[in-house]
Amino acid sequence: MIPAADVVELSRLQFGLTAMFHFLFVPLTLGLSWILVICESVYVMTGQQVYKDMTRFWGKLFGINFAMGITTGITLEFQFGTNWAYYSHYVGDIFGVPLAIEGMMAFFLESTFVGLFFFGWDRLSRKQHLLVTFLVALGSNLSALWILIANGWMQNPVGADFNYVTMRMELTSIGQVFFNPVAQAKFVHTVAAGYVAASMFVLGVSSWYLLKARDTGFAIRSFAVAAGFGLASVCSVIVLGDESGYTAGEVQKVKLAAIEAEWDTAPAPAPFTAIGIPNQKEQRTDYAIKIPYVLGLISTRSVDQQVTGIKDLRLEHEARIRHGMTAYAALLKLQAGDTSPAVKAQFEAAKKDLGFALLLKKYTPNVLDASETQIKAAAGDTIPQVLPLFLSFRLMVGLGFLFLFIFSASFYFLARRNLAPQRWLLRLIVWSIPLPWVAIETGWFVAEYGRQPWTISGILPTRLSASALDASQLHFSMFGLLAIYSALFVIEMFLMLKYIRIGPAALHTGRYFGETTNDTSALPAQTAASH
Amino acid sequence: MLDYETLKLIWWGLVGVLLIGFALTGGFDLGVGALLPLMGRSDEERGAVVESIVGTWEGNQTWLITAGGALFAAWPLVYAAAFSTLYGALMLMLFALFLRPVGFDYRDKLKDLRWRKAWDIGLCIGGAVPALIIGVAFGNLFTGVAFALDNTVRVSYGGVFLDLLNPFALFCGVVSLAMLLMHGAAFLHLRTEGAIQLRARRAAIITGVTTAALFAVGGMWLAQRNGLQLLQIGDVNTALRPGDKTVGMLAGGWLHNYALYPRTWLLPLLGIAAALLTALSAWRRWGWATLLASGSAVTAIIVTAGWSLFPFVLPSSMDPASSLTLWDAVSSQRTLGIMLIVVIIFMPLIMLYTTWVYRVMRGPIRVSQPGAGY
Ligand code: HDD
Ligand code: HEM
Ligand code: HEM
Repeated sequence: MIPAADVVELSRLQFGLTAMFHFLFVPLTLGLSWILVICESVYVMTGQQVYKDMTRFWGKLFGINFAMGITTGITLEFQFGTNWAYYSHYVGDIFGVPLAIEGMMAFFLESTFVGLFFFGWDRLSRKQHLLVTFLVALGSNLSALWILIANGWMQNPVGADFNYVTMRMELTSIGQVFFNPVAQAKFVHTVAAGYVAASMFVLGVSSWYLLKARDTGFAIRSFAVAAGFGLASVCSVIVLGDESGYTAGEVQKVKLAAIEAEWDTAPAPAPFTAIGIPNQKEQRTDYAIKIPYVLGLISTRSVDQQVTGIKDLRLEHEARIRHGMTAYAALLKLQAGDTSPAVKAQFEAAKKDLGFALLLKKYTPNVLDASETQIKAAAGDTIPQVLPLFLSFRLMVGLGFLFLFIFSASFYFLARRNLAPQRWLLRLIVWSIPLPWVAIETGWFVAEYGRQPWTISGILPTRLSASALDASQLHFSMFGLLAIYSALFVIEMFLMLKYIRIGPAALHTGRYFGETTNDTSALPAQTAASH
Repeated sequence: MLDYETLKLIWWGLVGVLLIGFALTGGFDLGVGALLPLMGRSDEERGAVVESIVGTWEGNQTWLITAGGALFAAWPLVYAAAFSTLYGALMLMLFALFLRPVGFDYRDKLKDLRWRKAWDIGLCIGGAVPALIIGVAFGNLFTGVAFALDNTVRVSYGGVFLDLLNPFALFCGVVSLAMLLMHGAAFLHLRTEGAIQLRARRAAIITGVTTAALFAVGGMWLAQRNGLQLLQIGDVNTALRPGDKTVGMLAGGWLHNYALYPRTWLLPLLGIAAALLTALSAWRRWGWATLLASGSAVTAIIVTAGWSLFPFVLPSSMDPASSLTLWDAVSSQRTLGIMLIVVIIFMPLIMLYTTWVYRVMRGPIRVSQPGAGY
């Protein structure tokens, strides 16, 4: 028996909320860890104390954030089993592999060395400590690689095959799973997005110090590191974006059509709908303003390839559902013990569409007795809601260009040594601190919501993936998660803001604002000069 | 490539190794956390107790996370069935675990005494509750969990939350708590000095004896209970459909393996002896010996439990044929092979750098030192 609809909805909500919550903390860990490596490298190379202070101060903020990253990550690690039991059985043979590797290769690295980062300053030589910091950064970024290989596989499930004896997908090629183009594109885009967030954070806090004219020597150096790192990162977010991800994978095609509100297949190269209001019912986009060629260029990187429209995709899916039904019929025979070559051949021929037949379970448990209207309805389900995807995507892209402007301007004025008078820019940056998080969360929304109705694209519908729970269990877990996480989040924000306000004086070196009479006077001569 | 049957057996061992890895390292962190209010009477003392684990607990907890990931990869159906049927218990454990990362990191962030007290209570809960629940979960393996598999290998649950809290399972929870308290006390005894060390010594003596006694009682109780027996299963060297087997019930069945292989009686005996040895060494103030003995006790107790169940890993009380075994609830041969290579490469590396980190962080903890803080 497949789980009740409300259990599925609640599980989706719970997964979405906990994942998005986890991803409030992940970006800062990913990016800040490299910023720490940069600052500490400069310290090791030049011996300038201020760079050690930078490493330690930003490291403190890193630690406050990191703790929440761990606290929220544990839930996700177990949630596949608790809430998505059938999913775990059905694809664990493949999906579990990157997750387990992540634990052994990445989590151990970052978690073992993060303690040494904080407590090893007096126990390690400078170079040893730098190595430790580097290993923390490497560990967190490797963890992103492995989890995104797992997540990329959900979008484009390659290197796997269905086994009717065990009733699940099994691994056929680990290489294909690792080098999945969707996963590679996702990794670059997501990690770079994290770098953007961390750079904006450091840039923003430093700007605030500059506006307040406190700790300026410290702030300007941090600003410089963040501006350089941020500019490079935002360029990779935009340019490398989802480079190759969209040419691969069934769901990716639907997603692309949906975020572009591309109802009909346009002749290549397709125009890009910059503004408009998608109308799902009428299957058209109202008030559209189109820019010729651009969609084709973005999505296929060519001028002669087509971008398939929603209506055509839907027809394709309807055919695949019918085809999948023959696979389903053969599967029933195989299960009943009829393993004759004819049945096997029938199954082999159609099994790539088995997942499409499973979409019918929502309407009829027996699948094979589905009516025409039910088949049409199931095909309709494969098209996600266009409007939210269309708008979220534009928000993310728009913010991307705003960030490009901010980092470029910061870099420009910094290079001209003319930053302090640009109070408008500094203020803009302070107010922009939360925006990368907005872009990141909308990005995940596009990626995950756009995958519906599948958990594994074309293979396993979300409707079938959930555990055999009842709604009261989910109410309990949801209540507990919301209560504890909200409380911890308030505490985290409080500490973050408090330590930002204290500033580098939190290190008790006696050199910074609020500790001595004049903050910059205590810094080495070349620090205060020139800016 | 190794044959499928061998790989299945190896992975039974590796899942055990990861669990034991967690119990040995994360185990003393949980124990120290749970003992925190008893071991540290003043704020400074509690600071010193926390300091003994604050730099390394994070890596230790990763054993649990990795065990979760490895379970997913090697025994996906066990991961799915166990976590979804033990839902309520698992959520409670997670809620308690949440308090640890933030507790360790945030307790020194403000000067206020009440703030630190609150986090110390959190760390105590975050240590005691998981220690208890892990034991309750293990206990439920012996009583069986009320689930069944259908012909699409979907798990359905036929019980209610309170079933998980049956007397035997609760008893196992207490054994697990006592065991990890013992391990935590042994660790503190080694790492601290003065008053804290004295208290840790007393705690190690008490919990060592308690663990030995409870474990022995648990064994006798288990002998009275029914256990499952695998009567017939397909060729274990091939992929099997979970549920396609015949399973029988036998009085005292969970001790049947010991009857078949009498030499394995050494395992539970070692568990009892090592727990008693922990108490003895603490009494004689042998720091390292206490920790080694408690580590051996923890290992022996877990191996005893695993071997009693063998070849089952998640018995079902509702439909014994649906019980999961290491033969039919496992990943494909290819996946097991790949994961084995991964383990062979990374486990030694992890051991190596973990040892290095412990060496860097070694040295006795003194109460007078103000905690460096994150
Ligand atoms: C792109 C990066 C990324 C993504 C998509 C995810 N995570 Fe994450 N995760 C990290 C990047 C990360 C990290 C940067 O490595 C963290 C965040 C902060 C931290 O402390 O480590 C982390 C921490 C973290 C931890 C604690 C690790 C430890 O104790 O060291 C666990 C168990 C998970 N995550 C599990 C998950 C799961 C099951 C996810 C998928 C649903 C997931 N994360 C999504
Ligand atoms: C890389 C690791 C991730 C994996 C493996 C993953 C997997 C999943 C799964 C299994 C579901 C539930 C099934 C479904 O509704 O399709 C889901 C839903 C969701 N996830 Fe993710 N996710 C990951 C990362 C994230 C992150 C980091 C975010 C957000 C920041 C996110 C946002 C969401 C949202 C919003 C949903 C709900 C979508 C919906 O059901 O409509 N995911 N994801
Ligand atoms: C400016 C141009 C940008 C383009 C063309 C772009 C494109 C995309 C696309 C197409 C997706 C969906 C991927 C999928 O469904 O698999 C996506 C996801 C995402 N975006 Fe962007 N994006 C841009 C900017 C940004 C910015 C500025 C950020 C944050 C700082 C960001 C963060 C994310 C994240 C975190 C995801 C989810 C992970 C993923 O699927 O890769 N993006 N982006």
